[in-house]
Formats: sequence, structure tokens, C-alpha cells
Amino acid sequence: MSLLHLRGVGREVRLPDGSLLPVLTGVDLDVAAGEHVAVVGRSGSGKSTLLNLLGLLDTPTAGSYLLDGEPTDRLRARRRARLRGEVFGFVFQQFNLLPRRTAAENVAAPLLYARGRDYLLRRRTAREMLDRVGLGARADQVPERLSGGEQQRVAIARALVRSPRVVLADEPTGALDVETGAQVMALLARAAAENGAALVTITHDLSVAALADRRFRLDAGRLTPLDGGAALDAATAHRDPRTAGRTA
Amino acid sequence: MTGLLGAFAEAWDEVRVHKARVVLSLVGVFLAVFALTTVTALGAIVAQSQQEQAERWGGRPATLAVTAFDTTTGAGVDAARWDAAVAGLVDRYGITGSATVSYADGLYRLPGGTQTVQTTRVSPSYGPLHRIRPVHGRWLREGDRASLSPALVVNEAFLSLLGHSDLSARPTVVIGGPQPVTATVVGVVREGFDQPLVYRVDRSGGDAAAASGGGPGPGFYGPPTLELWVPPGQADAVMATVRNDLALSLPGSQVDVYRTDDQGIGDSISTLRTAIRGAGVVALVLGGLGVLNVGLVTVRQRIREIGVRRSFGASSARIFSAVMLESVCATALAGVAAVAAAVLLVRNLPLTEWLADGVPLADDPGFPFEAAVEGMVAATAVGALAGLLPAVIAVRARVIDAIRF
Ligand SMILES: Nc1ncnc2c1ncn2[C@@H]1O[C@H](COP(=O)(O)OP(=O)(O)OP(=O)(O)O)[C@@H](O)[C@H]1O
Ligand SMILES: [Mg+2]
Repeated sequence: MSLLHLRGVGREVRLPDGSLLPVLTGVDLDVAAGEHVAVVGRSGSGKSTLLNLLGLLDTPTAGSYLLDGEPTDRLRARRRARLRGEVFGFVFQQFNLLPRRTAAENVAAPLLYARGRDYLLRRRTAREMLDRVGLGARADQVPERLSGGEQQRVAIARALVRSPRVVLADEPTGALDVETGAQVMALLARAAAENGAALVTITHDLSVAALADRRFRLDAGRLTPLDGGAALDAATAHRDPRTAGRTA
Repeated sequence: MTGLLGAFAEAWDEVRVHKARVVLSLVGVFLAVFALTTVTALGAIVAQSQQEQAERWGGRPATLAVTAFDTTTGAGVDAARWDAAVAGLVDRYGITGSATVSYADGLYRLPGGTQTVQTTRVSPSYGPLHRIRPVHGRWLREGDRASLSPALVVNEAFLSLLGHSDLSARPTVVIGGPQPVTATVVGVVREGFDQPLVYRVDRSGGDAAAASGGGPGPGFYGPPTLELWVPPGQADAVMATVRNDLALSLPGSQVDVYRTDDQGIGDSISTLRTAIRGAGVVALVLGGLGVLNVGLVTVRQRIREIGVRRSFGASSARIFSAVMLESVCATALAGVAAVAAAVLLVRNLPLTEWLADGVPLADDPGFPFEAAVEGMVAATAVGALAGLLPAVIAVRARVIDAIRF
């Protein structure tokens, strides 16, 4: 069984006039430990909605989502929150750094919700992470003083600071110029790989998607493999219990 | 455990990061707690001072005065009979303390000529019972009863008539009368304003009458009064018992027992305190509304941040307590500052000059502890109340909407 396992997942939202709008329909997706998956799609296709579902920030209205074999629909709120913090690291398009806190404080912030050693050593861990993304020298700077690329590198350090098993990146290069975006994306892919974390990247940039092991297209709420045979093969391989985890 | 620490660390971070906003919102709470604490502290000190002043005259609660006079002559009971009759009283009824007191005029040979001065002849135990605190020297003590030279505690007016301003010259004064005796001034009290007055130890080695155990002769001194200090709850019972007891052992005399301590004083002060504290509470509520208002505004500004923290794995409980603790940390801090300011103010006011003519309090409460505790509790409670609504809003915020761009 793969780490993330979605079958027939749908998400409908209720519009102000009372009608139901399907945002996602019948999504099947498997993500194995350590692999890099990219989802491309146009604006409004439901990419963020999918990522929020994966990260337990939102719940499906149809289908099943197993996290490491455990059905997520029966999770209590407290455990959902705990899993969210322990299993996932988020990178947002708008960086979403906490304003007026230094880079080091931002990176340490997720560890405020960890326990024991992780909590107690949070400041040191945060600085180590900043070193790894090449921002050790800027650790005491507030985000307002950092460039976009630097801010996103802080966000990457923050996403990885709890050693998550999956990094969920929602258009991580969307607010950056092409060159910076490429650098940041390369850093994200490398850092996730070094951590042994799976990486799910949402993007509308095909060159970003090219870095992934497998690629999907999201179109009007439906998920399909992006480039024919190879991706499809890989997808079926991951669905096979005997070969699951080989890429981990 | 680290969860709790984490919640505090987070709240503290918030307060630290939003210093200006926090400080502004806290001005009201600071002022209210400062006022409340100062008033409570002053109230306690004023009450203590008034209480002690009342007790200096009437004795501590409950003080019973016991007197007897002969129904045929109208004079005091014969000293020997009186002493015999009261000797056992104190032991018999488990009385906490007792003192004897009698009033008379004494003839003192002062530099400006012999003068009659109101003299209160008391046992050394009178001092603690009436909370007398000399401003110079000491109060009478048991050993003074053995001294050949009667010990006196005088007021400042008397001391200046003697031509002294303090006790450094160990002043003495001759008490005139049939048997003149040189008395020693051992202490000075601040009492009676410009009217000289003297406390004289009830007996002394040089006093022939006293040496025999009896009081001074009738006529010169008034009938002695026995003061009994009993627990207030037992006052009525002891009064009745003592009245009966003495009536039996002193046939032919009228025995009077009555309470001398001021029983009304506590009430009038507590009314005043309640009124002022009521005003303090209103101020506190207004301060709390200020904190609430700022809390509501900022929690809306911070919805995105709360969404981001959710993505870190913050539970609802954690979000709630973070917003709540932020409010509580902030107002508690204001409380500490306000209590500190109140302590500084109250400790530096010349209260004894204002309240008690410079007589130090016998039981100086310093800064009343309960006032400080009350200030802190009030500040924290306001923080908790004002933090409640923003905390609920923070928890209710939909994560996805919060981190949407
Ligand atoms: N709670 C909601 N209420 C109403 N409509 C919603 C809600 N959530 C999502 N939608 C709609 O669902 C669609 C998909 O939203 P989503 O944010 O997932 O798009 P996206 O693919 O991430 O787009 P973008 O690339 O612009 O970020 C949009 O049309 C959006 O308006
Ligand atoms: Mg989106």
C-alpha cells in the first residue's frame, strides 16, 4: 500500500445559492514514499483543493483516502491535526511566512507543535535547516527584508524542519521569476529527496513538472496521467502491492 | 508537558512581536489594576490605622472594662478588697489579657513650676492591649514595677514642658504630693496634641501603697478599672459572668462591666472601601473591553497566520489556548506592572503622617499582600475574559479560506 492512496475522491462545495459545485471528481492517486509527483492544471481546476485534501486541511465529500493504510475519514480532529504536523510539510505559493518573525523563528514555528526533543531543540534545528537551504547567514532577518526567492527558501526549510514524509507544494514558484523559480524548485526537489520525503508539487509550469518522477494533469476536477505510457506504467507499478515502496 | 510549554512559548512570541499593539491595549487594564490595587492597599492601611487609633482609646476587640464603687459612699471599692476580688478573675475565665487602669491628676515639679497633669496609672499590659507605640524610648514593662523610681511614659507636650526634645538626657521628674518621688521618663508617645499627659506604671518599688499590693489611696486616684481582653465572640458571656462573680465577692458595691472597644469602626470603613472598589471594577471592565476590542481586530488580521499554524499541526485546543494565553500573558504583564507601580506609590506616601500623626502602625501591613494578589487575579481574569471571544473566532476560522490567496 502506498503512503497516500486516493480512490474515487470527490469534493463538492456548496455555493451561496445552495447548489453544489463539484470541484474534484473521481480522483485516483497513489503517492509512494520518497517519490516526486507533479500535478499540472489551469487556474480553477481544483489543484489547491486536491492538495488541501492530501494534507488533511480539508476532507473529501466522496471516495476514500488512506494515509499509510489508515482511512482518514474516521480520524478525530486532534489526531488529524497531529498527523498533519508530523506527516506533511507545506510550501505555499505566497510563502505564508509569519510576519515580523525572523527566518529562524519561522523555521522553528512548526516545532512549537512537536514534542520532547524536537520541541526543545527547535532553535538549533531551525538554524541547521536554514544552513541547508543556504540562508544560514540570514537567520535573524525578518521575511520583510528577504527577496521572494529567499522567502521561499525559508518556507522550504520550514516545510522540512519536522522531517515530514510528504512535502506538499502549492505552486511553489508561482510568485518567482523563471530563473529563481527553477533554482528554488531544484532546491525543493533536492531537499525533499535528501530527507527521504515524498514531494507533491502543484504547478502550471511544465518545466517545473519535468523534475517529477510522475506527472498528472488536473482538468475541471478530474485527474489524468500527463504523458502517456511512461507515467501510466509508473502509476500502475505503484498500485501493485508487491512493488510498492520500491522507489522509497 | 512540552505541549504546554509550546503554548506558552507561542503566546509569549505573540506578545513580543506585537509589542506596540499589546502595550496600547493594556493601558486601560494597567490603570484599572493600578487604581484597584492602590485603593485596596490604601484601604487596608487606612483601616488598620483607624482601627489602631480606635484601639488606642478603646482597646482591641473585645476589651471589657470592669469597675466597682461602693453604693453607700459612691467612692471606689477599697483597694485591698478590689485586688482580692479580681485576682482570680483572669485565671478563672481564660481571659487572653488584662490590664488595670485608673485616672487621676498628678502634681509634677516642672521647670516652669509645679503643674497638675492628667495621669493614667496603668499596668504594663495596658500598652499592647491599646496598641501603644512610643515614638521615643519604650513602653512600660514588668520590671518597672520593681524599680524604686516610678517609670513614666509621657507625651511630647509633657516632654517639652520638661525642657527636653528626646530621651537622650534620661529625663526625670519629681512627682509631688504627700510622698514626693523622683520618676524616670522611659518613653514618649504621640497623643493628646498640646495637652500634656502621663502614663505612670501602676506600682513601683518606691510606692509604699503599691508595695503592699494595694492601689493608691482613694481621692487622689479614681477607682481602678480592670480591663479584660477577651475573644469578641465570648464578650457577652464573660461580661455577664464577671458581673455576677464580682457582685458576689464585693457585697454592697455596684459592679459595672462594659465594652470599650469601638465596634462600629469596621463597618464605616468597609462601606467606603466597597464604594471605591466598585469604581475600580468598573474601570477594569472598561479596560477589559479595550483589550477585547483590540483582540477582535487583530484576530481577524491573523486568520491567515492561524491557517498556517494549522498546517503545522496546531489543534483547535492549541489555537484556542494560544489566542487566549496571549491575552492573559499580556494583561498579567500589565497586572505585574500595575501592582509594582501601586507598591511603589503606597510605600512612598507619607501615610503615617497623614493618617496617624506620625505614629507608626503597631501591625504595619507593609504593602497588603491581598491587595497585590487581588490586582494580579483581576488582571489575569480580565485577560481571560477578553481573550475568550477572539479565541473562539480563531478556532472557528476555516483553515482553507485562511490560507487561500
Ligand atoms: N469553498 C469554496 N466555495 C466556493 N467555491 C470554491 C470553494 N473552494 C473551491 N472553490 C472553487 O473550486 C475551484 C477550484 O479551486 P482551487 O482553489 O482548488 O483552484 P486551483 O486549481 O488551485 O486554482 P489556482 O491555480 O488559481 O490556485 C475554483 O473554481 C474555486 O472557485
Ligand atoms: Mg490554487
